[in-house]
Amino acid sequence: MGRWGGENRALRRLLIAFSFVFVGAMLVLPLCQVLWKAFESGIRPFWASVSDEYALKALRLSLLTTVMAVVCNGLFGLCAAWALTRFAFRGKGFLITLIDIPFAVSPVIAGLVFIMTFGRMGWAYPFLSEHGIKIVFAVPGLVLATIFVTFPFVAREIIPVLTARGTDEEEAAVLMGAGFFQTFRRVTFPHIRWALLYGVILCTARAMGEFGAVSVVSGHLRGRTNTLPLHIEILFREYHTLQSFSCAAILVATAILILVARNIVEGISRKDADYHAR
Amino acid sequence: MTRKTRKKTLPGFGITMGVTLAYVSLIVLIPMASLALMSTDLGPAGFWKVITDSRTLVALKVSFLCSLCAALINAGAGLILAWVIVRYRFPFRRFVDGLMELPFALPTAVAGISLTVLTTDKGWVGGPLFRLLGIKIAYTELGIITAITFITIPFVVRTVQPVLEQLSPDYEEAGLILGAGRATVFFRIILPEILPALLTGFSLAFARGLGEYGSVIFIAGNIPFRTEIAPLVIMSKLEQFNYDEATAVALLMLVASFVVMFLVNRIQVRAASFAGEK
Repeated sequence: MGRWGGENRALRRLLIAFSFVFVGAMLVLPLCQVLWKAFESGIRPFWASVSDEYALKALRLSLLTTVMAVVCNGLFGLCAAWALTRFAFRGKGFLITLIDIPFAVSPVIAGLVFIMTFGRMGWAYPFLSEHGIKIVFAVPGLVLATIFVTFPFVAREIIPVLTARGTDEEEAAVLMGAGFFQTFRRVTFPHIRWALLYGVILCTARAMGEFGAVSVVSGHLRGRTNTLPLHIEILFREYHTLQSFSCAAILVATAILILVARNIVEGISRKDADYHAR
Repeated sequence: MTRKTRKKTLPGFGITMGVTLAYVSLIVLIPMASLALMSTDLGPAGFWKVITDSRTLVALKVSFLCSLCAALINAGAGLILAWVIVRYRFPFRRFVDGLMELPFALPTAVAGISLTVLTTDKGWVGGPLFRLLGIKIAYTELGIITAITFITIPFVVRTVQPVLEQLSPDYEEAGLILGAGRATVFFRIILPEILPALLTGFSLAFARGLGEYGSVIFIAGNIPFRTEIAPLVIMSKLEQFNYDEATAVALLMLVASFVVMFLVNRIQVRAASFAGEK
């Protein structure tokens, strides 16, 4: 270590300088640009465009889809992690592949699959229209598309933790007479709570900002099926730059909150892991 | 056999497995199968005609080449960033480290409009570049590469970083003591260790870039035969209610991303078996 640090000070400076330039130009500058454009003409125009009726409706819809996606995928993540790590069964590899698929799929295709299932071309359409259920170009479609793109996040975080811990502690608890929920709550949950929270944070980030998938299934009905990112797109295309960047500033604030939360959770879970390792 | 019976001592298999299977079927399996089913409507000849249409082919080429460039840039920059974060101590190191996930936390549409405004010939970055060098970024291929690079920054950094952290300095020190130059130590000792992670990060970035939509469509200008990306072709076919053709292009892109994912899997399996041998 000493030799690396001592002898090539020039290289070291060069690499650190490169990192700062790259991070500054690629990450910090775009953030500053959003905030600059949002507050260019003061706080009042910003506030006016943020408290606009359609902006608020879009924000509400974004929050709704995010909460739905996080709750559904969170519960699924817990179930899937338990089933996949606590039992041996045939087809496990295939199931894991299925769970990973949404990672590999373009957001546009994620939206497209729901159009092909529930839309006018889809096989489920006759049944749905008979019962007056609207999924595509309505809120349920937005929720489904958001769930799809954030599908693996929670499961992916919990599975490695449960695999690494093994089943000894839970088996002991069960043999001593604990039921399923008691075992889960008292034995398993304390180990996976940080992984769960971490997955929830990642899921929230992606769900809040999802654009491609919801864009396909939304139909862009202003005030009805426009999430905040879609609202930003429309404003930007109509050259309402100030309004567009003001709404974007809200999402920048959420993104920064998410980053801070992520770093705190990672720090805590690392300390936790160190403690258990000792 | 004994192992199998022992595993079943834990309760909850039925309920967790049931929830998992039902949820995976509803969100992933059935919609994806519907997409595959719909694409058979077109027939092999129709399918071939759609994917060999010159506009589609150019869009696929643009998507492919731009993602490749962005993934290469990130392979280089990501390796340097991971190295700097793990090996050096300098002011704002935690800040740089924590900022790495920004592209995952920031909604793609926000990144898209921000990068566009930054790089037009009146923007903070695009202005000077255009006046001094005559380079245009926004509304050209360079813009697409910039957007995809931004979106895929975390992949290489976050796959290489943990491997570098766990790399024991013993081998490097041995190499240095035995008289190898720093370049030799890097290329013969460190690089082979981190190569699987680097390739994995590169492929993940490439796959993500292929499907990226939200950030690219603002900056690309979307000129047919020049800066139109493959996901946008799907989108515009959908807007013309041309569902069959949209499905055909989507299917082709799905195959491409599955090939990349399969390669990632192979790399990881091989790396794991190498690590096992040691």
